[in-house]
Amino acid sequence: MSERRRIEFEYSGVDTERMRVNVGPQHPSTHGVLRLEVELEGEIVTEVIPHIGYLHRCFEKHAEAMTYPQVIPYIDRMDYISSMNNEWPYVMAIEKMCDIKIPEKVEYIRLICAELNRIANHQIAVATFGLDAGAFTPFLYLFRDREWILNVFETISGGRLLYNYYCVGGLRNDVYPTFKEDCLDIVRQVRATNKEIMDLLVYNYIFVERTAKVGVLPPDVAINYGCSGPVLRGSGNAFDLRRSEPYSIYDRFDFDVQIGKGEVGIVGDSWDRNIVRMNEMEESCKIIEQAVAQMPNTGDVSEAIPKKVRVPKGEIYCSAENPKGELGFYIVSDGGQKPFRVRPRATSFINLSVLPEISKGYMIADLVLILGSIDIVLGEIDR
Amino acid sequence: MTEKEIYDILKDSFGEEIIEFAHEPPSDPFIIANRSKIDEICLFLRDADELDFDYLVLLSGMDYIEKLGVVYQLYSLKYKHRITIKVFLEKSDPNIPTVEKIWRSADWHEREAWDMYGIVFQGHHNLIRILCPYDWEGHPLLKDYKTPDEYHGIKVPY
Amino acid sequence: MEHNFIYNLINNEVIAIIAISLLPLIFVLIYALIAILGELKIASFVQERLGPMRTGPWGIIQPVAEVVKLIQKEDITPSAADKKLFNMAPYIMFIGAYAAFAVIPFSSAFVPANINVGLFFLFAVGAFAIIGIVMGGWASNNKYSLLGAMRSASQIISYEIPAGIALLTIAALAGTLNLQELIEAQSGWFWNWFLFGGDGSVWKIFVLPFTFSLFLIFLVSSLAETNRTPFDIPEGESEIVAGYHTEYSGIKFAMFFFAEYANMFVISALITILFLGGWNSPFGEFLGGPIWGVFWFIIKAFFFVFVQIWLRWTLPRLRVDQLMYMSWKVLVPFSFLCFFAISLWAMLK
Repeated sequence: MSERRRIEFEYSGVDTERMRVNVGPQHPSTHGVLRLEVELEGEIVTEVIPHIGYLHRCFEKHAEAMTYPQVIPYIDRMDYISSMNNEWPYVMAIEKMCDIKIPEKVEYIRLICAELNRIANHQIAVATFGLDAGAFTPFLYLFRDREWILNVFETISGGRLLYNYYCVGGLRNDVYPTFKEDCLDIVRQVRATNKEIMDLLVYNYIFVERTAKVGVLPPDVAINYGCSGPVLRGSGNAFDLRRSEPYSIYDRFDFDVQIGKGEVGIVGDSWDRNIVRMNEMEESCKIIEQAVAQMPNTGDVSEAIPKKVRVPKGEIYCSAENPKGELGFYIVSDGGQKPFRVRPRATSFINLSVLPEISKGYMIADLVLILGSIDIVLGEIDR
Repeated sequence: MTEKEIYDILKDSFGEEIIEFAHEPPSDPFIIANRSKIDEICLFLRDADELDFDYLVLLSGMDYIEKLGVVYQLYSLKYKHRITIKVFLEKSDPNIPTVEKIWRSADWHEREAWDMYGIVFQGHHNLIRILCPYDWEGHPLLKDYKTPDEYHGIKVPY
Repeated sequence: MEHNFIYNLINNEVIAIIAISLLPLIFVLIYALIAILGELKIASFVQERLGPMRTGPWGIIQPVAEVVKLIQKEDITPSAADKKLFNMAPYIMFIGAYAAFAVIPFSSAFVPANINVGLFFLFAVGAFAIIGIVMGGWASNNKYSLLGAMRSASQIISYEIPAGIALLTIAALAGTLNLQELIEAQSGWFWNWFLFGGDGSVWKIFVLPFTFSLFLIFLVSSLAETNRTPFDIPEGESEIVAGYHTEYSGIKFAMFFFAEYANMFVISALITILFLGGWNSPFGEFLGGPIWGVFWFIIKAFFFVFVQIWLRWTLPRLRVDQLMYMSWKVLVPFSFLCFFAISLWAMLK
């Protein structure tokens, strides 16, 4: 068998009719309303054309009609499973423009929430990836744990999915007294479950057979396609904004940038992208433990919130390492109360664009897994 | 490498094509370039050894009311430096050479810019709408865009 | 007729035949309800949740509710479908599953039809399901269904070979195709089961590895034949939506569903007959006899039904080419090896 598991689809002399299949927009494993136009030669995929926009609501146009703080709820609805992370680069961008100094305690709470949300996002990613491979049970184990995180978010922000919690210069509410203990409980629980998931799913022989050497994304291709997050790191590129350009207070913590090593197959295969997510959960746990230990108990989280957000004329690009990759906001201000332009760098949008490149020549069952390994959310792709 | 140094290198290589360097904190610094040779400038930025901008972070279309624009945000994974290149386009002639062959991520971004602003990327292999329906009329993010009354019999404004 | 207590009970032959053919049907219906509940409850146990709790105490009426729901649902036939074949397919599949019950010996005193080629009949009827699947998949006029039907056809045909060789080997060891005689050959303590090499002297220790691996080969191939996880590729939910039954709804879907559960039992019964001594008590004469025989048979068969459910909620799914690889390059050669070794033993014995 050749090194790459890609199947050559030149049948000499066998004349078969190619079949065009619409995978989606209603399909169990397109993770939303994504439509893939797939051309099949028997079971083998010869062409994939993604059609997106089924969830398009023109976020950018909305943002131009809102004041700066009013945009935040719309940002929640972009990548709706990691809303905390979404809000962060946006408020950071405005704080940089307005030169607002935020209190120490706020930084810590933001960071802990972002890391908790990273865990929650990766739990969904790994769970649905397993589900795509046919394993239903790990899916429920991971969702059960995610509830713990959502409970904490619900207590501090009032929402379970869309938080609207970060605001320019601070936070909407202070955390509750037992917040730290709850975070440590979650860390313990996540570690225990991840150990189980490693045995049950990640190192399962069938799962390894299904995902290793499938959907190989070479490092240079990943960079050229602008991939980021676990997709880029799964290909062996150690690029993490938290490490390469530490924003907020990430320079105070000790954690490793996880990259795909080709442990069971080739560097950059679907399994590698998945293991990067598994390992990143552990790194997030480490960060949370350190942050909880360092976090100051006193402080007012809303002292730096300006009465009225008026951004000076100019433009800024500010990005943060989201669970799915680099999420950035390019904000252009004309000096008024409303942004002139808010342009998000939608991570899933860019990561999805690599799908046609890496799924050709695999089977239709692999296509679903490759899509799952990219970990997209349609709310962000279609915006 | 700072943005100013990058600007100097570009200025040496392309002369008239590079118009201006602007840096007014707290704004990000940016370079304004001419549109006609933007693909060559981008290729130079990617391939020059000391620049090595291998990562197109973001390509955005812009509507500056009197003009259109395209903004390229570039990053180098090796040297960890960023640069923003701006190109202004006349509304009467919104054509610009494509950079999709330089960074493949530009493919979808350019389609989006076409979809939202009507900017034509010359040489793009498949410049069709991406977020709006394929038969949508108009370019929604233009500042003077009027929402159509209906789309295939569906009332649009609500 | 000595294998059928109903003939002795009822002197009228016509009524007896009707009663005999109805008995398995009643059994299948009750079994299906138990299996559905088992599937729900075992799944919820594996996944650390309660499962259905609202319908009846601990949700034990849930399967009834499910069946009622399925019957009530609108029965949709796609307008572009081939209506005759489309409507026929689920019933053909169920007939295949139900016909197998004709030869299953539940006890030494009850087997609906004690025919001499029982093993052969069971195997032949088991392949009936594929006709229903291909028919349904093709007639739905849906690309997902077609893919599912194609996958299913290739899968079942591939796995019939190792399964068939396993059957042949056991037939060679027992010297009969009659299921009752096959079970009688394994009477006595559990070490007389074909799983442990059958009746014989201590020298059967040499044949034990072969019978044991034959058992595993048969278990794997029969899982594949019933389209259960990890071989549920024909209905691979995440890839081809629901495979061959994508377009089915209501009662016709219920028939597919039913046939799947019936097939699970048939396969488990076959494993029990071939390797675990059928209705024999594991402990010699202890709790032996025709009435306890029913108990032992159903317990053993249900254990394998449980194994199938258990596997379903634990393992991911294989891919088509891996499935073929496993059948043709692993199971077939090994089953030939076992066949050779066991036949040699049967000759020397």
